[in-house]
Amino acid sequence: MKIKVIIACCLALLLYNKAVATTLKIANDTDPVSLDPHEQLSESTLQFSHLVFDPLLRWNKNGQFEPRLATKWERIDSHTVRFFLRKNVAFRTGNTFSAKDVVYTIERLKKSPDFRAMFDTIDKVIMVDEYTIDVHTIYTNPLLLNIMTYVFPMDKAFYQGQDQIIKYGETFASRHVSGTGPYILAERKLGSSMELTRNPNYWDKNSVGNADKVILTPIRADSTRLAALLSGDVDFIFPVSPIDIERAKKVSGIQLVTLPSTRILLLHMNQNRRKEFQDVRVRKAINLAINQALIVDKILKGYATPAGQLSSDRFLGYINDLEPEYNVDRALKLMKEAGYEKGFRISMMAPNNRYMSDEKVAQAISAMLSRIGITVDLKTLPKAQYFKEYDNRSADMMMLGWQSDTMDSNNLFEFIIACPDANTGMGAYNASEYCRPEIDADIRQANREMNPERRLRLLQQIERKIYDDAAVVPLYWQSLTWAAKGNVNINDIVNDQNYPHIGDLFIEE
Amino acid sequence: MLIFLLRRLLQACFVMIIISVISFSIQDKLGDPVQQMVGMTVSPEERNQLRNELGLNDGFLVQYWRFAKGAVHGDLGTSYYYKEPALDVILEKLPATLELAFCAILIVILIATPCGVLAAIKPKHILSRLLMLISSIGLSVPIFIVAILMVYIFSIELNIAPSFGRGQTTEFFGFWESGLFNKDGLSHLLLPSLSLSIALMPIFVRLIRAEMMDVLQSEYIRFAWSKGLSARRIYFIHALKNTMLPVITVGGIQAGTLVAYTILTETIFQWPGMGFLFMDAVSRVDTPLVSAYLIVVGGIFVITNTFVDLIYGLFNPTVRLASHGL
Repeated sequence: MKIKVIIACCLALLLYNKAVATTLKIANDTDPVSLDPHEQLSESTLQFSHLVFDPLLRWNKNGQFEPRLATKWERIDSHTVRFFLRKNVAFRTGNTFSAKDVVYTIERLKKSPDFRAMFDTIDKVIMVDEYTIDVHTIYTNPLLLNIMTYVFPMDKAFYQGQDQIIKYGETFASRHVSGTGPYILAERKLGSSMELTRNPNYWDKNSVGNADKVILTPIRADSTRLAALLSGDVDFIFPVSPIDIERAKKVSGIQLVTLPSTRILLLHMNQNRRKEFQDVRVRKAINLAINQALIVDKILKGYATPAGQLSSDRFLGYINDLEPEYNVDRALKLMKEAGYEKGFRISMMAPNNRYMSDEKVAQAISAMLSRIGITVDLKTLPKAQYFKEYDNRSADMMMLGWQSDTMDSNNLFEFIIACPDANTGMGAYNASEYCRPEIDADIRQANREMNPERRLRLLQQIERKIYDDAAVVPLYWQSLTWAAKGNVNINDIVNDQNYPHIGDLFIEE
Repeated sequence: MLIFLLRRLLQACFVMIIISVISFSIQDKLGDPVQQMVGMTVSPEERNQLRNELGLNDGFLVQYWRFAKGAVHGDLGTSYYYKEPALDVILEKLPATLELAFCAILIVILIATPCGVLAAIKPKHILSRLLMLISSIGLSVPIFIVAILMVYIFSIELNIAPSFGRGQTTEFFGFWESGLFNKDGLSHLLLPSLSLSIALMPIFVRLIRAEMMDVLQSEYIRFAWSKGLSARRIYFIHALKNTMLPVITVGGIQAGTLVAYTILTETIFQWPGMGFLFMDAVSRVDTPLVSAYLIVVGGIFVITNTFVDLIYGLFNPTVRLASHGL
């Protein structure tokens, strides 16, 4: 009898242990501005989308496409791709997911001010049957799949009729959400926390994700965020600033994961403001005077990759032999040849809270330029003010970081290198005012070129031309760092776009 | 009394108008709110259209007039981020800040008063000298260093207090979220309120000491001694009461410092109060919220200083408020 009682007790205890919910507390730097996945194209919105919604397909860690709500896809003709959708998937509301939701979502994306530019390429979406759609593009588009990673199907029956997108006012979609994702939003305290629970009917039964509850807290200050992890108040944080990484590494029970990202940091030399920058020799001299490797090593503590070009090695345009070069003697010689032996004075602006250690990097650059006689009047500003100045092209030299939305070189070229054109939006961030019509022609062609080899040649040709012209100063590709407690297997779920797939996160007991 | 209050009310209105003009005119310097609302790749026309819809392309006077008209009706604009009336957002965060400030002030009063008195009564005592030394250090060390040090010691090393946030709260009267009535809330309150009080403490210890020493020299204290009153009665009733007058005045002025320090403390400890809200609003260029915050804080200033003047009368009945020209 006694033994039976003990066994019963043990069993009860065992069951109780199983029943204890695993809670994952995450602290990141910003929370999404809205629950509406189409209101703002930003990192935090997309991180949220991956929690509550599912994309049709997503990038895996190796840069390959992974099927999610679309199980497979095939190209039917040069303008059309057919997507086969997953069956037996339900939204949070219980509504069944089908082709109508995807058609609805893409049509809504075409209305969103932030996503419109990317989805303009889609002419129409045709429902073939309940679980098949055909996506027709206006022109041939080699990047259609890259773009489709931004399609997170929304529950048509839930949103329809009250789905307007307003950026500064309350809308139904900004306060209510229904997706198919691994988590369901339970509570949101704007600006302070967000609580999500595991979707009990989640379609992906193979997912190893086992957090029953996720609490997301945005913590702005880097040191507070790290302190929260070290004191055990949260389990998983990102980003981690390079100064803190060394400190965190020494703590036992804390793991750090670093991945190189594709975000390129660069300097623009405004040729409209300064006639000196119109001389390719001066631009080359500046490129030679800046020691990218030293900046990465000393300021970023190795958490970046020195860059001699814009495309990261994940992109098609990447050319193996374009390394950053540092040579002050040659820089001085070039300055002399150009007739600026005595140097000149320029203004420079950089943000001080947008990129990793941006202010220190800018200071280092101004010191490096002084060695070839260029005196820099440096002004650093918080990002909110900085980008206003950036749009006004307020300084001769300006810093910019760019992450390609399509994970393709051409997005970089379109926004940073193409001739500025207010009507087409090309060159919107080209603060160099550098303009080569032949590059623009190549960019346009690469946008429609379906042959991968020809496309590769086109993009590399552009990259080479930028290098030869020293159009901008590429600095480095920033790395991404996440930190977590030892039992949280973040290594399996992080990726170079910083959209951790929390739904698949496994926490050891 | 009534004349005094009326005069104060008039002054307050004037002050508020000035604050509103200033807070409104700095909006332009904060950055571009539209920039914060849209993704990097959104075209200039789209941005301009949004700017038009928000009325940001109108002239300063037009915008200010629109704002002032709303403000008279209690509408300080709608926060871009919270998408709710800015005043509601701020009032919702007010309890957190008030509780933090209240606890800090409580700690200051409970610690600074006995310390100051001790240092005044026994200036040569080793403990007094130590106190003065510590308060000098306290005056010169910035609050964020104190705060970060406390987080390091108490939450990372000793693990006795949480490092951020407010923890569990209980609701009172349907609007006041209080963290004072449960253990979790109180433990979250510990480090922020201690940091805040450390920032304010030294000046009060020094002030009380100096004033007390002054008072102890005066005629009526000597008279009290010769009358044979007990030391406790002399120190804590007669002397302390008169010491407190200048302390209260300084306290009123220090309310400004308190507000500035709450912004810092709340940012470091991720305390979901008004100061944190303000910093967030500044970085998001949520201009309506920034203006509303400045106006609310301006209002709190006017109210506390009026209150301080009233308390003044309680401590020293010879002060005539109405004839004081206040």
